Amino acid sequence: MADVSYRELSFNGLWKNNPAIVQLLGLCPLLAVTGSVVNAIGLGVATIMVLVCSNTSVSLIRNIVSDAVRLPAFVMIIAAAVTCIELLMQAFAYEMYQILGIFLPLITTNCVILGRADGFAAKHGLGPSIYDGFIMGVGFTAILVLLGGLRELSGTGALFANMDLLFGPGAANWEMVVIADYQPFLLAILPPGAFIFTGLIIAVKNLIDDRIKKRQDALKEKPVKGSKRVRVTGTIS
Amino acid sequence: MLGQSITRNSVLLAIFAVCTTLLIAGTFLSTRDKIALEKRRAEEKALLEVVPRERHDNSMLDETIPVGPEAAGLGLKEQKRIYVARKRGEIVAVVIPATAPDGYTGAIDLIVGVNTDGSIAGVRALAHRETPGLGDKVDIKKSDWVLGFDGRSLDNPDVSGWAVKKDRGVFDQFTGATITPRAVVAATLRTLQFAEANRESLFGERGQITAGGK
Repeated sequence: MADVSYRELSFNGLWKNNPAIVQLLGLCPLLAVTGSVVNAIGLGVATIMVLVCSNTSVSLIRNIVSDAVRLPAFVMIIAAAVTCIELLMQAFAYEMYQILGIFLPLITTNCVILGRADGFAAKHGLGPSIYDGFIMGVGFTAILVLLGGLRELSGTGALFANMDLLFGPGAANWEMVVIADYQPFLLAILPPGAFIFTGLIIAVKNLIDDRIKKRQDALKEKPVKGSKRVRVTGTIS
Repeated sequence: MLGQSITRNSVLLAIFAVCTTLLIAGTFLSTRDKIALEKRRAEEKALLEVVPRERHDNSMLDETIPVGPEAAGLGLKEQKRIYVARKRGEIVAVVIPATAPDGYTGAIDLIVGVNTDGSIAGVRALAHRETPGLGDKVDIKKSDWVLGFDGRSLDNPDVSGWAVKKDRGVFDQFTGATITPRAVVAATLRTLQFAEANRESLFGERGQITAGGK
Protein backbone atom coordinates (compact mmCIF):
# COMPACT_ATOMS: atom_id res chain seq x y z
CA MET A 1 0.00 0.00 0.00
CA ALA A 2 2.99 2.25 -0.29
CA ASP A 3 1.98 3.35 -3.75
CA VAL A 4 -0.36 6.13 -2.65
CA SER A 5 0.17 9.22 -4.71
CA TYR A 6 -0.24 12.52 -2.94
CA ARG A 7 -1.84 13.94 -6.03
CA GLU A 8 -4.53 11.37 -5.91
CA LEU A 9 -5.05 11.95 -2.18
CA SER A 10 -5.54 15.64 -2.83
CA PHE A 11 -7.98 15.02 -5.64
CA ASN A 12 -9.85 12.59 -3.42
CA GLY A 13 -10.07 14.88 -0.42
CA LEU A 14 -10.91 18.06 -2.28
CA TRP A 15 -13.18 16.78 -5.00
CA LYS A 16 -13.80 13.18 -5.89
CA ASN A 17 -14.33 11.90 -2.37
CA ASN A 18 -15.00 15.18 -0.61
CA PRO A 19 -16.10 14.25 2.90
CA ALA A 20 -18.87 16.81 3.04
CA ILE A 21 -20.58 16.60 -0.32
CA VAL A 22 -19.66 13.12 -1.60
CA GLN A 23 -19.27 10.97 1.45
CA LEU A 24 -21.88 13.16 3.16
CA LEU A 25 -20.15 12.70 6.49
CA GLY A 26 -20.20 15.16 9.34
CA LEU A 27 -23.46 16.74 8.22
CA CYS A 28 -24.43 17.71 11.75
CA PRO A 29 -21.76 20.40 12.21
CA LEU A 30 -21.89 21.16 8.50
CA LEU A 31 -25.53 22.16 8.66
CA ALA A 32 -25.56 23.62 12.13
CA VAL A 33 -22.74 26.14 12.29
CA THR A 34 -22.48 27.44 8.74
CA GLY A 35 -24.62 30.50 9.32
CA SER A 36 -21.60 32.69 8.65
CA VAL A 37 -18.11 32.45 7.21
CA VAL A 38 -16.36 33.02 10.53
CA ASN A 39 -18.18 30.13 12.21
CA ALA A 40 -17.40 27.89 9.24
CA ILE A 41 -13.69 28.72 9.37
CA GLY A 42 -13.59 28.19 13.14
CA LEU A 43 -15.13 24.76 12.99
CA GLY A 44 -13.21 23.87 9.84
CA VAL A 45 -9.84 24.66 11.38
CA ALA A 46 -10.72 22.70 14.50
CA THR A 47 -11.74 19.75 12.35
CA ILE A 48 -8.50 19.89 10.34
CA MET A 49 -6.46 19.87 13.54
CA VAL A 50 -8.39 16.93 14.95
CA LEU A 51 -8.13 15.00 11.67
CA VAL A 52 -4.38 15.50 11.44
CA CYS A 53 -3.83 14.55 15.09
CA SER A 54 -6.05 11.50 14.94
CA ASN A 55 -4.67 10.26 11.62
CA THR A 56 -1.12 10.73 12.86
CA SER A 57 -1.61 8.78 16.05
CA VAL A 58 -3.73 6.08 14.47
CA SER A 59 -1.11 5.54 11.79
CA LEU A 60 1.63 5.32 14.42
CA ILE A 61 -0.15 2.68 16.44
CA ARG A 62 -1.70 0.76 13.57
CA ASN A 63 0.61 -2.22 14.02
CA ILE A 64 0.25 -2.42 17.79
CA VAL A 65 -3.52 -2.44 18.11
CA SER A 66 -5.31 -5.68 17.38
CA ASP A 67 -8.38 -5.66 15.20
CA ALA A 68 -10.74 -6.45 18.06
CA VAL A 69 -10.00 -3.31 20.06
CA ARG A 70 -9.06 -0.96 17.28
CA LEU A 71 -12.31 1.01 17.30
CA PRO A 72 -12.31 1.76 21.04
CA ALA A 73 -8.67 2.72 20.80
CA PHE A 74 -9.32 5.05 17.84
CA VAL A 75 -12.29 6.64 19.57
CA MET A 76 -10.16 7.24 22.64
CA ILE A 77 -7.49 8.95 20.54
CA ILE A 78 -10.05 11.07 18.73
CA ALA A 79 -11.80 12.10 21.94
CA ALA A 80 -8.48 13.06 23.50
CA ALA A 81 -7.50 15.11 20.44
CA VAL A 82 -10.85 16.90 20.43
CA THR A 83 -10.65 17.66 24.15
CA CYS A 84 -7.16 19.09 23.81
CA ILE A 85 -8.15 21.25 20.87
CA GLU A 86 -11.25 22.42 22.72
CA LEU A 87 -9.05 23.49 25.63
CA LEU A 88 -6.63 25.26 23.30
CA MET A 89 -9.43 27.05 21.52
CA GLN A 90 -10.84 28.12 24.87
CA ALA A 91 -7.46 29.55 25.76
CA PHE A 92 -6.68 31.31 22.50
CA ALA A 93 -10.03 32.06 20.83
CA TYR A 94 -12.47 32.24 23.69
CA GLU A 95 -15.30 34.02 21.89
CA MET A 96 -15.08 31.62 18.98
CA TYR A 97 -15.22 28.80 21.49
CA GLN A 98 -18.42 30.26 22.90
CA ILE A 99 -20.00 30.52 19.46
CA LEU A 100 -19.13 26.99 18.39
CA GLY A 101 -20.25 25.76 21.79
CA ILE A 102 -21.48 22.20 21.70
CA PHE A 103 -20.30 21.61 18.13
CA LEU A 104 -16.68 21.59 19.22
CA PRO A 105 -16.95 18.51 21.47
CA LEU A 106 -19.30 17.05 18.88
CA ILE A 107 -16.37 16.84 16.44
CA THR A 108 -15.67 13.58 18.27
CA THR A 109 -18.75 12.10 16.69
CA ASN A 110 -18.01 13.53 13.26
CA CYS A 111 -17.90 10.44 11.08
CA VAL A 112 -15.22 11.97 8.87
CA ILE A 113 -12.70 11.56 11.68
CA LEU A 114 -13.36 7.93 12.53
CA GLY A 115 -13.92 7.19 8.86
CA ARG A 116 -10.45 8.44 7.89
CA ALA A 117 -8.84 6.83 10.95
CA ASP A 118 -10.27 3.42 10.24
CA GLY A 119 -10.52 3.63 6.48
CA PHE A 120 -7.16 5.17 5.72
CA ALA A 121 -4.75 5.84 8.57
CA ALA A 122 -5.08 2.32 9.99
CA LYS A 123 -3.74 0.92 6.71
CA HIS A 124 -1.18 3.47 5.59
CA GLY A 125 2.12 4.90 6.71
CA LEU A 126 2.66 8.08 8.64
CA GLY A 127 3.28 10.49 5.75
CA PRO A 128 0.25 9.66 3.62
CA SER A 129 -1.96 9.46 6.72
CA ILE A 130 -1.05 12.93 7.90
CA TYR A 131 -1.53 14.28 4.42
CA ASP A 132 -4.84 12.49 4.03
CA GLY A 133 -6.10 13.89 7.32
CA PHE A 134 -5.03 17.36 6.30
CA ILE A 135 -6.47 17.31 2.82
CA MET A 136 -9.75 15.70 3.91
CA GLY A 137 -10.01 18.41 6.55
CA VAL A 138 -9.34 21.07 3.94
CA GLY A 139 -11.99 19.56 1.67
CA PHE A 140 -14.47 19.59 4.54
CA THR A 141 -13.54 23.15 5.50
CA ALA A 142 -13.84 24.35 1.93
CA ILE A 143 -17.44 23.20 1.79
CA LEU A 144 -18.11 24.64 5.25
CA VAL A 145 -16.78 28.02 4.17
CA LEU A 146 -18.58 27.93 0.83
CA LEU A 147 -21.84 27.08 2.56
CA GLY A 148 -21.21 29.68 5.27
CA GLY A 149 -20.49 32.31 2.63
CA LEU A 150 -23.59 31.52 0.58
CA ARG A 151 -25.81 31.53 3.64
CA GLU A 152 -24.33 34.68 5.11
CA LEU A 153 -24.56 36.51 1.81
CA SER A 154 -28.12 35.51 1.02
CA GLY A 155 -29.21 35.80 4.64
CA THR A 156 -27.73 39.14 5.61
CA GLY A 157 -26.43 40.68 2.41
CA ALA A 158 -22.92 40.92 3.81
CA LEU A 159 -19.81 38.73 4.00
CA PHE A 160 -17.06 38.14 6.55
CA ALA A 161 -18.83 39.70 9.52
CA ASN A 162 -17.24 39.35 12.97
CA MET A 163 -13.96 38.02 11.61
CA ASP A 164 -12.24 39.63 14.60
CA LEU A 165 -13.50 36.72 16.72
CA LEU A 166 -10.94 34.55 14.99
CA PHE A 167 -8.27 36.84 13.59
CA GLY A 168 -7.97 39.46 16.29
CA PRO A 169 -9.14 43.06 16.44
CA GLY A 170 -7.45 43.95 13.15
CA ALA A 171 -10.03 41.91 11.29
CA ALA A 172 -13.01 43.80 12.70
CA ASN A 173 -13.44 45.80 9.51
CA TRP A 174 -13.23 42.89 7.10
CA GLU A 175 -16.98 42.85 6.78
CA MET A 176 -18.09 43.56 3.25
CA VAL A 177 -21.59 44.82 2.74
CA VAL A 178 -22.30 43.39 -0.68
CA ILE A 179 -25.88 44.52 -0.95
CA ALA A 180 -26.75 47.65 1.00
CA ASP A 181 -30.18 47.91 2.66
CA TYR A 182 -30.65 44.20 2.28
CA GLN A 183 -33.81 42.77 3.78
CA PRO A 184 -32.57 39.77 5.80
CA PHE A 185 -33.59 36.51 4.17
CA LEU A 186 -34.33 34.44 7.23
CA LEU A 187 -34.65 31.07 5.53
CA ALA A 188 -31.00 31.10 4.49
CA ILE A 189 -29.76 31.51 8.06
CA LEU A 190 -32.15 29.02 9.62
CA PRO A 191 -31.47 25.27 9.36
CA PRO A 192 -33.62 24.71 6.24
CA GLY A 193 -31.32 27.10 4.40
CA ALA A 194 -28.40 24.82 5.22
CA PHE A 195 -30.17 21.85 3.66
CA ILE A 196 -31.18 23.79 0.57
CA PHE A 197 -27.70 25.20 -0.05
CA THR A 198 -25.99 21.86 0.62
CA GLY A 199 -28.32 20.31 -1.92
CA LEU A 200 -27.48 23.01 -4.44
CA ILE A 201 -23.74 22.57 -3.90
CA ILE A 202 -24.02 18.81 -4.43
CA ALA A 203 -26.10 19.42 -7.54
CA VAL A 204 -23.53 21.80 -8.99
CA LYS A 205 -20.73 19.34 -8.27
CA ASN A 206 -22.61 16.56 -10.02
CA LEU A 207 -23.30 18.85 -12.94
CA ILE A 208 -19.59 19.65 -13.30
CA ASP A 209 -18.66 15.96 -12.97
CA ASP A 210 -21.19 15.14 -15.67
CA ARG A 211 -19.80 17.77 -18.02
CA ILE A 212 -16.25 16.53 -17.51
CA LYS A 213 -17.29 12.97 -18.09
CA LYS A 214 -19.14 13.83 -21.28
CA ARG A 215 -16.19 15.77 -22.59
CA GLN A 216 -13.81 12.92 -21.84
CA ASP A 217 -16.14 10.43 -23.45
CA ALA A 218 -16.27 12.59 -26.53
CA LEU A 219 -12.47 12.84 -26.66
CA LYS A 220 -11.77 9.16 -26.25
CA GLU A 221 -13.33 6.88 -28.74
CA LYS A 222 -13.18 3.73 -26.70
CA PRO A 223 -13.78 3.99 -22.95
CA VAL A 224 -11.13 2.73 -20.56
CA LYS A 225 -11.90 -0.66 -19.12
CA GLY A 226 -12.71 -0.34 -15.42
CA SER A 227 -11.34 2.23 -13.06
CA LYS A 228 -7.76 2.06 -11.96
CA ARG A 229 -8.41 4.23 -9.00
CA VAL A 230 -8.29 2.54 -5.64
CA ARG A 231 -11.26 3.29 -3.48
CA VAL A 232 -9.88 4.07 -0.07
CA THR A 233 -12.98 4.96 1.85
CA GLY A 234 -15.88 3.14 3.31
CA THR A 235 -14.20 -0.19 3.87
CA ILE A 236 -15.22 -1.67 7.16
CA SER A 237 -13.38 -4.87 7.63
CA MET B 1 -5.82 -18.59 23.49
CA LEU B 2 -8.94 -16.55 24.09
CA GLY B 3 -8.02 -15.63 27.66
CA GLN B 4 -4.62 -14.45 26.56
CA SER B 5 -5.99 -12.23 23.84
CA ILE B 6 -8.54 -10.72 26.21
CA THR B 7 -5.78 -9.91 28.69
CA ARG B 8 -3.57 -8.49 25.98
CA ASN B 9 -6.34 -6.30 24.61
CA SER B 10 -7.41 -5.01 28.00
CA VAL B 11 -3.87 -4.12 28.92
CA LEU B 12 -3.48 -2.37 25.60
CA LEU B 13 -6.67 -0.36 26.06
CA ALA B 14 -5.64 0.52 29.60
CA ILE B 15 -2.32 1.83 28.34
CA PHE B 16 -4.19 3.90 25.77
CA ALA B 17 -6.51 5.27 28.41
CA VAL B 18 -3.57 6.28 30.57
CA CYS B 19 -1.73 7.92 27.66
CA THR B 20 -4.73 9.91 26.43
CA THR B 21 -5.63 10.95 29.97
CA LEU B 22 -2.09 12.18 30.52
CA LEU B 23 -2.28 14.13 27.28
CA ILE B 24 -5.53 15.80 28.26
CA ALA B 25 -4.29 16.48 31.77
CA GLY B 26 -1.15 18.10 30.37
CA THR B 27 -3.13 20.32 28.00
CA PHE B 28 -5.56 21.20 30.77
CA LEU B 29 -2.81 22.18 33.18
CA SER B 30 -0.95 24.25 30.62
CA THR B 31 -4.04 26.15 29.45
CA ARG B 32 -5.82 26.47 32.80
CA ASP B 33 -4.58 29.92 33.77
CA LYS B 34 -5.05 31.33 30.30
CA ILE B 35 -8.63 30.02 30.15
CA ALA B 36 -9.46 31.47 33.56
CA LEU B 37 -8.11 34.81 32.38
CA GLU B 38 -10.11 34.72 29.14
CA LYS B 39 -13.30 33.82 31.02
CA ARG B 40 -12.79 36.71 33.37
CA ARG B 41 -12.08 39.08 30.52
CA ALA B 42 -15.23 38.03 28.65
CA GLU B 43 -17.29 38.43 31.81
CA GLU B 44 -15.82 41.82 32.50
CA LYS B 45 -16.39 43.03 28.96
CA ALA B 46 -20.16 42.81 29.33
CA LEU B 47 -20.02 44.52 32.73
CA LEU B 48 -17.93 47.37 31.37
CA GLU B 49 -20.48 47.99 28.64
CA VAL B 50 -23.11 48.60 31.29
CA VAL B 51 -20.95 50.50 33.77
CA PRO B 52 -18.00 51.90 31.82
CA ARG B 53 -14.57 52.39 33.33
CA GLU B 54 -15.07 56.16 33.81
CA ARG B 55 -17.91 55.57 36.21
CA HIS B 56 -16.19 53.25 38.66
CA ASP B 57 -12.74 52.54 39.99
CA ASN B 58 -13.10 49.19 41.74
CA SER B 59 -12.91 45.73 40.23
CA MET B 60 -16.52 44.70 39.82
CA LEU B 61 -15.57 41.08 39.37
CA ASP B 62 -14.14 41.00 42.87
CA GLU B 63 -17.01 42.71 44.63
CA THR B 64 -20.10 40.62 44.27
CA ILE B 65 -23.21 39.58 46.11
CA PRO B 66 -24.37 36.02 45.45
CA VAL B 67 -27.92 35.72 44.17
CA GLY B 68 -29.86 32.66 43.19
CA PRO B 69 -33.23 31.23 42.14
CA GLU B 70 -34.81 32.33 45.43
CA ALA B 71 -34.48 36.02 44.50
CA ALA B 72 -38.03 37.11 43.62
CA GLY B 73 -38.43 38.58 40.16
CA LEU B 74 -35.03 37.76 38.67
CA GLY B 75 -36.12 34.37 37.35
CA LEU B 76 -32.64 32.91 37.77
CA LYS B 77 -32.23 29.19 37.38
CA GLU B 78 -28.83 28.96 38.97
CA GLN B 79 -26.59 30.73 41.41
CA LYS B 80 -25.25 33.97 39.92
CA ARG B 81 -23.67 37.14 41.19
CA ILE B 82 -24.65 40.79 41.50
CA TYR B 83 -21.68 43.04 40.73
CA VAL B 84 -21.13 46.23 42.67
CA ALA B 85 -19.51 49.27 41.04
CA ARG B 86 -17.93 51.87 43.29
CA LYS B 87 -16.26 55.18 42.67
CA ARG B 88 -14.04 56.43 45.50
CA GLY B 89 -15.68 53.93 47.82
CA GLU B 90 -19.25 55.04 47.07
CA ILE B 91 -21.56 52.60 45.34
CA VAL B 92 -22.55 54.08 41.96
CA ALA B 93 -24.40 51.14 40.45
CA VAL B 94 -25.05 47.44 40.75
CA VAL B 95 -25.23 45.02 37.84
CA ILE B 96 -27.95 42.44 38.41
CA PRO B 97 -28.29 39.21 36.42
CA ALA B 98 -31.82 38.31 35.35
CA THR B 99 -33.42 35.70 33.14
CA ALA B 100 -36.44 36.32 30.94
CA PRO B 101 -38.00 32.85 30.87
CA ASP B 102 -40.49 33.70 28.13
CA GLY B 103 -38.37 34.48 25.08
CA TYR B 104 -39.57 33.17 21.72
CA THR B 105 -37.08 30.30 21.79
CA GLY B 106 -36.33 29.76 25.44
CA ALA B 107 -34.85 31.84 28.17
CA ILE B 108 -32.92 35.07 27.57
CA ASP B 109 -30.10 35.80 30.02
CA LEU B 110 -29.73 39.48 30.77
CA ILE B 111 -27.70 41.76 32.95
CA VAL B 112 -29.32 44.96 34.13
CA GLY B 113 -27.22 47.78 35.52
CA VAL B 114 -29.11 49.83 38.11
CA ASN B 115 -27.75 53.17 39.28
CA THR B 116 -27.96 54.24 42.90
CA ASP B 117 -30.82 56.60 42.03
CA GLY B 118 -32.87 53.67 40.71
CA SER B 119 -32.41 54.46 37.02
CA ILE B 120 -31.06 51.99 34.52
CA ALA B 121 -27.39 52.16 33.60
CA GLY B 122 -27.77 49.66 30.82
CA VAL B 123 -29.27 46.35 29.78
CA ARG B 124 -27.48 43.65 27.82
CA ALA B 125 -28.53 40.24 26.59
CA LEU B 126 -25.77 37.77 27.43
CA ALA B 127 -27.20 34.58 26.03
CA HIS B 128 -30.26 33.96 23.89
CA ARG B 129 -31.45 31.80 21.04
CA GLU B 130 -33.86 34.22 19.45
CA THR B 131 -34.58 34.03 15.74
CA PRO B 132 -31.76 35.59 13.72
CA GLY B 133 -32.90 38.72 11.94
CA LEU B 134 -36.04 39.07 14.04
CA GLY B 135 -35.81 38.49 17.78
CA ASP B 136 -32.04 38.75 17.99
CA LYS B 137 -32.30 42.53 17.86
CA VAL B 138 -32.15 42.40 21.66
CA ASP B 139 -28.45 41.73 21.11
CA ILE B 140 -26.40 44.92 21.07
CA LYS B 141 -24.37 43.48 18.19
CA LYS B 142 -27.45 43.43 15.99
CA SER B 143 -29.38 46.50 17.05
CA ASP B 144 -29.20 49.33 19.56
CA TRP B 145 -32.70 48.60 20.81
CA VAL B 146 -31.52 47.76 24.35
CA LEU B 147 -30.06 51.26 24.65
CA GLY B 148 -33.68 52.46 24.88
CA PHE B 149 -33.67 51.29 28.48
CA ASP B 150 -30.85 53.61 29.51
CA GLY B 151 -31.98 56.18 32.07
CA ARG B 152 -35.42 54.61 32.51
CA SER B 153 -36.62 53.88 36.02
CA LEU B 154 -39.71 52.69 37.88
CA ASP B 155 -41.42 56.07 37.44
CA ASN B 156 -40.09 56.80 33.98
CA PRO B 157 -42.42 55.55 32.56
CA ASP B 158 -44.78 54.41 35.30
CA VAL B 159 -45.47 50.70 35.59
CA SER B 160 -48.26 50.64 32.99
CA GLY B 161 -45.85 52.14 30.47
CA TRP B 162 -43.35 49.32 30.95
CA ALA B 163 -44.51 47.36 27.94
CA VAL B 164 -44.02 47.32 24.19
CA LYS B 165 -46.01 49.81 22.14
CA LYS B 166 -48.38 47.12 20.96
CA ASP B 167 -49.39 46.63 24.61
CA ARG B 168 -49.74 50.42 25.08
CA GLY B 169 -46.28 50.78 26.54
CA VAL B 170 -43.44 53.05 25.54
CA PHE B 171 -40.91 50.52 24.20
CA ASP B 172 -40.60 49.65 20.53
CA GLN B 173 -41.28 46.14 19.40
CA PHE B 174 -39.49 44.68 16.38
CA THR B 175 -41.16 44.17 13.06
CA GLY B 176 -42.30 40.57 13.08
CA ALA B 177 -41.23 39.90 16.64
CA THR B 178 -43.20 41.06 19.65
CA ILE B 179 -42.65 38.16 22.01
CA THR B 180 -38.91 38.74 22.45
CA PRO B 181 -39.02 42.46 23.34
CA ARG B 182 -42.07 41.82 25.50
CA ALA B 183 -40.07 39.26 27.50
CA VAL B 184 -37.06 41.55 27.85
CA VAL B 185 -39.13 44.57 28.89
CA ALA B 186 -40.96 42.51 31.51
CA ALA B 187 -37.75 41.00 32.86
CA THR B 188 -36.11 44.43 33.08
CA LEU B 189 -39.11 45.81 34.96
CA ARG B 190 -39.01 42.88 37.40
CA THR B 191 -35.30 43.48 37.95
CA LEU B 192 -35.94 47.15 38.75
CA GLN B 193 -38.63 46.12 41.20
CA PHE B 194 -36.21 43.66 42.76
CA ALA B 195 -33.61 46.40 43.10
CA GLU B 196 -36.18 48.71 44.69
CA ALA B 197 -37.35 46.06 47.14
CA ASN B 198 -33.81 45.22 48.15
CA ARG B 199 -32.49 48.75 48.13
CA GLU B 200 -30.98 48.48 51.58
CA SER B 201 -28.96 45.35 50.99
CA LEU B 202 -27.83 46.40 47.50
CA PHE B 203 -26.96 50.06 47.96
CA GLY B 204 -26.94 50.29 51.74
CA GLU B 205 -23.59 51.61 52.88
CA ARG B 206 -22.14 49.08 55.22
CA GLY B 207 -18.53 49.66 54.42
CA GLN B 208 -17.81 46.31 52.87
CA ILE B 209 -20.46 44.17 51.30
CA THR B 210 -20.58 40.95 53.20
CA ALA B 211 -21.41 37.71 51.50
CA GLY B 212 -25.05 36.82 51.77
CA GLY B 213 -26.66 40.18 51.15
CA LYS B 214 -29.88 39.18 49.53
